[in-house]
Amino acid sequence: MATDSPWARLRADFAESRLAMAGLGLLVALVGLALLAPLLSPQNPYDLAQLDVLDSKLAPGEKSSTGGTYWLGTDDQGRDMLSGILYGLRISVGVGVASTGLALSIGMVFGLLSAYFGGWLDAIIMRVVDIQLSFPSILIALILLAVLGQGVDKIIVALVAVQWAYYARTVRSAALVERQKEYVEAAKVLALSEARVVFRHLLPNCLPPLIVVATVQVAHAIALEATLSFLGLGLPVTEPSLGLLISNGFQYLLSGKYWISFYPGVALLLTIMAINLVADQLRDVLNPRLRR
Amino acid sequence: MSAEPLLQVEGLRTHFFTKAGVVKAVDDVSFSVARGKVMGLVGESGSGKSMTGYSIVGLVDSPGRIVGGRILFDGVDLATLDPVAWRAIRGKRIAMIFQDPMMTLNPVLRVDTQIVEAVLAHAGVSRESALARAREALVRVGIASPDERLRAYPHQFSGGMRQRVAIAIALVNQPDLIIADEPTTALDVTIQGQILFEMQKICAESRTALIWITHDLSVVAGLADTVCVMYAGRVVETGRVSEVLGQPLHPYTRGLIDSVPSRNRRGEPLRQIPGMTPSLLGMGEGCAFRERCAAASAACASSPDVAELARGRFVRCFHPVGEPMAAASP
Amino acid sequence: MFAYALRRLGQSLLVLVLMSFLVFVGVYAIGDPVELLVNPQADAVERARATAALGLDKPFLEQYAIFLKGAAAGDLGRSFVFNVPALGLIIEKLPATIELAFVAMVIAVALGIPLGLVAGLYPESVVGRSIMAGSIVGFSLPTFWVGLVLIMVFSVHLGWLPSNGRGDTVDVLGIPMSFLTLDGLSHLFMPALNLALFKLSLLIRLTRAGAREAVLQDYVKFARAKGLSQRRVIGVHVLKNILIPIVTVIGLELGSVIAFAIVTESIFAWPGTGKLLIDSINQLDRPVIVAYLLSIVTLFIVINFVVDILYSLLDPRVRLGGAAGAH
Repeated sequence: MATDSPWARLRADFAESRLAMAGLGLLVALVGLALLAPLLSPQNPYDLAQLDVLDSKLAPGEKSSTGGTYWLGTDDQGRDMLSGILYGLRISVGVGVASTGLALSIGMVFGLLSAYFGGWLDAIIMRVVDIQLSFPSILIALILLAVLGQGVDKIIVALVAVQWAYYARTVRSAALVERQKEYVEAAKVLALSEARVVFRHLLPNCLPPLIVVATVQVAHAIALEATLSFLGLGLPVTEPSLGLLISNGFQYLLSGKYWISFYPGVALLLTIMAINLVADQLRDVLNPRLRR
Repeated sequence: MSAEPLLQVEGLRTHFFTKAGVVKAVDDVSFSVARGKVMGLVGESGSGKSMTGYSIVGLVDSPGRIVGGRILFDGVDLATLDPVAWRAIRGKRIAMIFQDPMMTLNPVLRVDTQIVEAVLAHAGVSRESALARAREALVRVGIASPDERLRAYPHQFSGGMRQRVAIAIALVNQPDLIIADEPTTALDVTIQGQILFEMQKICAESRTALIWITHDLSVVAGLADTVCVMYAGRVVETGRVSEVLGQPLHPYTRGLIDSVPSRNRRGEPLRQIPGMTPSLLGMGEGCAFRERCAAASAACASSPDVAELARGRFVRCFHPVGEPMAAASP
Repeated sequence: MFAYALRRLGQSLLVLVLMSFLVFVGVYAIGDPVELLVNPQADAVERARATAALGLDKPFLEQYAIFLKGAAAGDLGRSFVFNVPALGLIIEKLPATIELAFVAMVIAVALGIPLGLVAGLYPESVVGRSIMAGSIVGFSLPTFWVGLVLIMVFSVHLGWLPSNGRGDTVDVLGIPMSFLTLDGLSHLFMPALNLALFKLSLLIRLTRAGAREAVLQDYVKFARAKGLSQRRVIGVHVLKNILIPIVTVIGLELGSVIAFAIVTESIFAWPGTGKLLIDSINQLDRPVIVAYLLSIVTLFIVINFVVDILYSLLDPRVRLGGAAGAH
């Protein structure tokens, strides 16, 4: 079916795996929940007026003093866990996606420049990328945050700084392969401007590996942010992501009040898993070496 | 010399059961090869010739499998063998050579390892004697200083050398039949000639039968005793080389021969077979070639069977081009 | 080969110097340690004296120069908090971290490669699919949360294993190791498993992907055409090809495991360098942070270097150069 557009074929191939479709469904649901958190959650956990400290540390399923049910229990301040998780989901996913988007744009620009112009520009950019990629992301993020301090913007900066190198390298590899193909020569011969060659011709063909890397990286960014928040170096208490919620609950773990840490963790796990399921199938579908 | 052919393929069918449908890669293929003789299996890409070769050695990967027919090798039907028994024959009595030697030799294993393991898989001899046989095999295929070469890795050889190593591996267990799947397509023309000549010599010396799979008629002309032409998974014409090439009966064969540039006269437009090879997916009834055939008629909407028009001369066509000549001297 | 090694060595040293500068710059900008160590009611004179005592009043470049000179001699300053040589502190805690990382890596490799191989060779089977599903879960689980759950189940609920600290140690070649004692093992089990989980999943996926691709290659078909047994085809032909990239990954991941140990050490209060780092960041103990970073950077550079050399030894194509060509 040579007349199928690449997107139609991609959709069809992707849908072959029921697991991946389930993952996609889960992901859509979670993102929907995250976006609609203020509307859906029974309580705004950050509005102090709504909290009753007498309700603190209630186990899941217990009733509140106002008659509602705390389906997932409450934390040490009497905040409804379910609401906290919905809000936390919003922040976790938001930060993850924002940082990935930024890192992707920056990395892509550098990768394309590097591949297209070659020479010393390429050498410098790739040297920086190599050095950065040889260090674990958590270490780089830790140091950056230790220096920059807390705040949503600072954690996004740290996440972007950690991720851009992956994109730069992926795009550069793909672009280098494409560059040698004949249609680029043809475009050049037609005296198209260099920007046009790069953006209209090279870029679309670099997309498949980029899509795969980006999807995996979103999950990685979310996990990294959660880890950093857990260690106390990430988001401030005023904007608690799921990682911070888990961290809050840690101290109550040994006395048996597991739900304060457990359920936010489950939410985090489901999010990351859904993304990975989708990413896996995308990678299989877009991998040229598995073509029969 | 017994009158029984070494290999007799009857009605072989190998189908692929893909998500998009059934692909009849090999559809009712029959031919025979006598001991010590060379048969050329000719066809374009997608004609099913390689898959026929794989079917004979039992290397059809899923989603494909042999669904019908018989493969009589020295009287035994290979298609009925269990995997272990087939494996005993593979590499020992029937050997196979593939097209691209860079891809077929394992890049991270030494050449001696790769030859020795072929010996040890079929004979419980010592490693030293296996190594000695490997050395002999390399010499036979014309590789000088074999000891040095044995300790090398495939990437240190040129394309022609690698193919010689692959041939050595095929020969080392003295098989009765070698199936060569386009072994010279990936090589330079000059090397091609050398390898062809040497294979011919070796097979003649050791009376090894050879099936040479190719798309190149000129190779077949110089090398083979008989030729079998395939199109869209079916055999369309079989016979002695001189007869088939000298007087092709099937329109496709005729078209193939006519389209060889050297056969055209200077200044005339190059002749070609109009149209394109059909997709093997969901091929229905009827002659596969009829869309491109000048002689096609309404009768061609039903599949023609193979007809033996003269001794050893088979054609699958309702309208063969002319009558076969009386058996001419080869 | 020798020239290659020499070049890599030179590059590594350059990176080390560069990193030391970057680290110094970064850490220099973190807060003001004097505030932490000095009595809040101290007056300006007191502060000035403390500043001078810690060498914090000198201009930035001079501090860096003093630092470099000291570093070359092995002296990376003294901890503001503990008042002992920073490097000494790191070295003291290092064995615990290395032990944890090493055991975790062993678990990941010993389980990951065989499981990945099975999943790659029989992708449609029940076993293959479950392994893949398991690896996706393992890959998605946040390490720190798994640690919490492990504590929840094994320490709080079942009471089988201790939830923090390191067990009794035995000296191996002068270095205290805890995996040789029963008590040590009971303390080591959960943190090592926790740390291993992510790498385990990663290795399963890598091995599986490698096996799936390898099986489609022509040399596998050719090996089977020779009549080789399935065991030999997989065990020698396929395995040797996929092991090369996997070994490289293992080498590189070792550094990552050491870094991720930071999280595991925090949860399980494992007395290694990771916990030391977090504490130092919170307490603004600059010399320790610098010492840690530089030690880790050096460690990574060494690991990368060794992996490079190892890779070139394993892959004959890299080791012996291109085609000889001669006919």
